[in-house]
Amino acid sequence: MRGVLIPPGTAAGEVRGDLRYRMDPQVALRPERFGALAYHYGNRRLNFLRSPLLATVVETLDEYPSLQASLDALVPAAQHDTYRRALSALATSQFIQPSPEEDRGQRTDD
Amino acid sequence: MANALTTELKLGLDAPICLTWELTYGCNLACIHCLSSSGRRDPNELSTAEVMAVVDELHEMKVFYVNIGGGEPTIRADFYDVVDYCIERGVGVKFSTNGSTITPARAARLAATDYLDIQISLDGADAATNDAVRGDGSYATARRAMDHLAAADFGPFKISVVVTRENAAQLDEFEALAASYGAQLRLTRLRPSGRGADTWDRLHPTNDQQVALYHWLLDRPGVLTGDSFFHLSALGQPLEGLNLCGAGRVVCLIDPVGDVYACPFVLHDTFKAGSVRNPGGFAQVWRNSSLFTSLREPTSAGACASCGSYDACQGGCMAAKFFTGLPLDGPDPECVKGHGEAALAGVAAGAAPSPGPGHSAPVRLLSRRR
Repeated sequence: MRGVLIPPGTAAGEVRGDLRYRMDPQVALRPERFGALAYHYGNRRLNFLRSPLLATVVETLDEYPSLQASLDALVPAAQHDTYRRALSALATSQFIQPSPEEDRGQRTDD
Repeated sequence: MANALTTELKLGLDAPICLTWELTYGCNLACIHCLSSSGRRDPNELSTAEVMAVVDELHEMKVFYVNIGGGEPTIRADFYDVVDYCIERGVGVKFSTNGSTITPARAARLAATDYLDIQISLDGADAATNDAVRGDGSYATARRAMDHLAAADFGPFKISVVVTRENAAQLDEFEALAASYGAQLRLTRLRPSGRGADTWDRLHPTNDQQVALYHWLLDRPGVLTGDSFFHLSALGQPLEGLNLCGAGRVVCLIDPVGDVYACPFVLHDTFKAGSVRNPGGFAQVWRNSSLFTSLREPTSAGACASCGSYDACQGGCMAAKFFTGLPLDGPDPECVKGHGEAALAGVAAGAAPSPGPGHSAPVRLLSRRR
């Protein structure tokens, strides 16, 4: 998985709470005991999502008007910082991204 | 890799992250280290319909991609149909080839296919070094295929090198070659599997070469390894990637007749978990076979328990131990702490399990230079 697995602690930019995000359409999620595996067919990278809740957050990001709204709805407040860091790492490796304007209001399922 | 994750992965995944799928034992070459002792096609190889049914299963299990190999997979008449079907079903494809069928026209078609990676095998940075292992003319064939892929603007294909005693000094040259094509270099470990059992003794890297390789890889995180060299992590800082044996836990092998093995390097009955042709298919083998279940149980460090490096190297490669006659709970034959060499000295001549002749083409074997 060298060159495939995103190393933990990869320097991450900050996600913005006020923006709406979505999972990249080229990412596939597979539930696993510990959470989920995420594979990006475009850049051929693999990420481990270390909790089922993180997988849910990632999968449903674009159902909320903003990233903060998603956290408020799904994640206990005490864990918001942890989740923001995890999401920032996923944004850096292009697994999630701000929703393009034209996609607003519609769900992309592929 | 973080320890918590390693612990999770040792327990196995619901489906492999990826798997190696050897589509045929047929090959126009007769490499002296061939893991699968390929040469002749097996009359019992999976039919096109059976192959497509397995692809459907991999799709349902959400296997992210397959590493297709052989033999030389492109000699199957249905090869590109299989590739197209995998991609259509969302199963990414990476295939390994010696390059002999990559014509300019084929390269152009490949360049137009998304979610496809190609690995061209090359085991020497010059024809003399490569052809001594892969056969006369194979260097020129591989380079021609690379030229065609580059001319077709395929993008970053991979050059896949098995590190041997003969080419370990050529790593910089391989790197330069890959750079000249805009390709990615991939280095993997020589295993004493298949015909490699007969050549491992003289071809496996020396310990000095292993130490040099470790530092070379540490300096170049962009060089791929298929996590081959995790036994080198005993030298200090772990190499990037998963430093554990993924056999039956994270990866496995489907062979040309549909038998499922724990990994590509253990084509032996001991490590055969079942067949995709049996009821329940591949999913049944992956989830419930007694072999894979046992590989996911906690392992003891055995003879390595007293070594401070066990957490780093995890005892090394199961296949390398098995085919050199070493116990599976002991050191890797290429243990960088020297424990493997000592253990090998205690293996009686002829005591190592034989991979058998496999599908080697008898005529080629007799005529090959020693």
